[in-house]
Amino acid sequence: MNDLMTTTSVLGSRERRDHLLARLGHRRMEHRVAPGLYRLGGPDRSSPVFVSANYTLSFDALRSALHGIDAYILVLDTKGVNVWCAAGKGTFGTDELVERIEATALAERVDHRRLILPQLSAPGVAAHEVKARTGFSVEYGPVRAADLPEYLSTGATEEMRRVTFPLRDRAALIPVELRNVAYEVILAFVALFILGGIVPASIALTAVLAGAALFPILLPVLPTDDFTSKGMLLGALASMPFALYYLMTEPGWHGVVYAAGTVLLMVAVTGYLALNFTGCSTYASRTGVKGEIFRYIPSLVAMAVVGLVMIAVTVAGTMLGWF
Amino acid sequence: MMTTEQESVNGLNTLRFLPGRCVRCGRCWEVCPHGVFAPSERKARMVAPQRCMECGACQRNCPAGAISVDAGVGCASAMIKAALTGSKETSCGPECCR
Ligand code: SF4
Ligand code: SF4
Repeated sequence: MNDLMTTTSVLGSRERRDHLLARLGHRRMEHRVAPGLYRLGGPDRSSPVFVSANYTLSFDALRSALHGIDAYILVLDTKGVNVWCAAGKGTFGTDELVERIEATALAERVDHRRLILPQLSAPGVAAHEVKARTGFSVEYGPVRAADLPEYLSTGATEEMRRVTFPLRDRAALIPVELRNVAYEVILAFVALFILGGIVPASIALTAVLAGAALFPILLPVLPTDDFTSKGMLLGALASMPFALYYLMTEPGWHGVVYAAGTVLLMVAVTGYLALNFTGCSTYASRTGVKGEIFRYIPSLVAMAVVGLVMIAVTVAGTMLGWF
Repeated sequence: MMTTEQESVNGLNTLRFLPGRCVRCGRCWEVCPHGVFAPSERKARMVAPQRCMECGACQRNCPAGAISVDAGVGCASAMIKAALTGSKETSCGPECCR
């Protein structure tokens, strides 16, 4: 395949719609661009060559950041996966890059031997191997495509090299987080509503919203060190209104059991969802997460089981007239 | 006689650095997204190993083999799924968040 494709730096309503659907998790793997070499503006033999993934969000972030710059964009086949995840899997990798350079006859189109890659592709690409196999030197650009114009004029700053996890990025993950648990939540909500009415159903909904929506927002301000304990804390806070409700409306020890069971269950569910958010963060390490799994999973399971049994026995016992 | 290479390790993760092999090419502080490496006079220096997320970028791009890290994804969801399905490989799937 030797054709040269053409693209622009202007994003329209079609792209915005596609980005929205990608963010909402709709057909996750189908937001793709054709791999190959693209011309942006009117590049000549000395124009820079940027490398990207064939995920629309990655490609579009790159080309819109290059507004007014004549360049080539070499799109790798990362199976519609973003730069960071594809580099981790190795699809944004040395072999794919070398093959794509050869397949597009890049060396015949430009006189220089320089490629600019996103910094976050570095886990998959060995720069020195690319150099040895193709003659092209790899230069890692900034983490965020938006910093490219500044990078091209003044070079990389410490800030451009760092991955952050600002509110905006955390909030953007909420739709996908919710979609991943939507099926279970709806099921639990309906079942609990039928069995116990609106309060138990709301408890389930609140626990999940706390873990999947509130947690990403509050992540940096929750005062403990690891994800799970932050989530457990949030679950405990979110359970307080329900615990109070049971203490005030159910007379005697029944109210105490319902309140305690609710706290245990909500802490377990929200803590578990928080633990599952580790992979979405930009800084959790495998060793760290493994440690959290071993430290917390046993107590989360124990809390859920104890909470569930306490409530189930009390409800069943009351209905059967044991107590 | 045996020579022992001086090695920096840390107790929090699997990142190891062998300064004796470093040729100060600058790749590690170029690629690390968490500022774990910094230049020093004649070598790279591991300034904040506790911030390492084990992405593997430094290891893959170090031409001198001076860095080793057990690279992988820090994703509980993928690890739990792999443990439950008995799969050896933990990797992101289509339901991943990115
Ligand atoms: S990448 Fe390797 S050789 Fe280059 S500066 Fe870092 S440790 Fe030294
Ligand atoms: S593995 Fe990644 S985060 Fe850790 S030091 Fe290397 S480049 Fe930095």
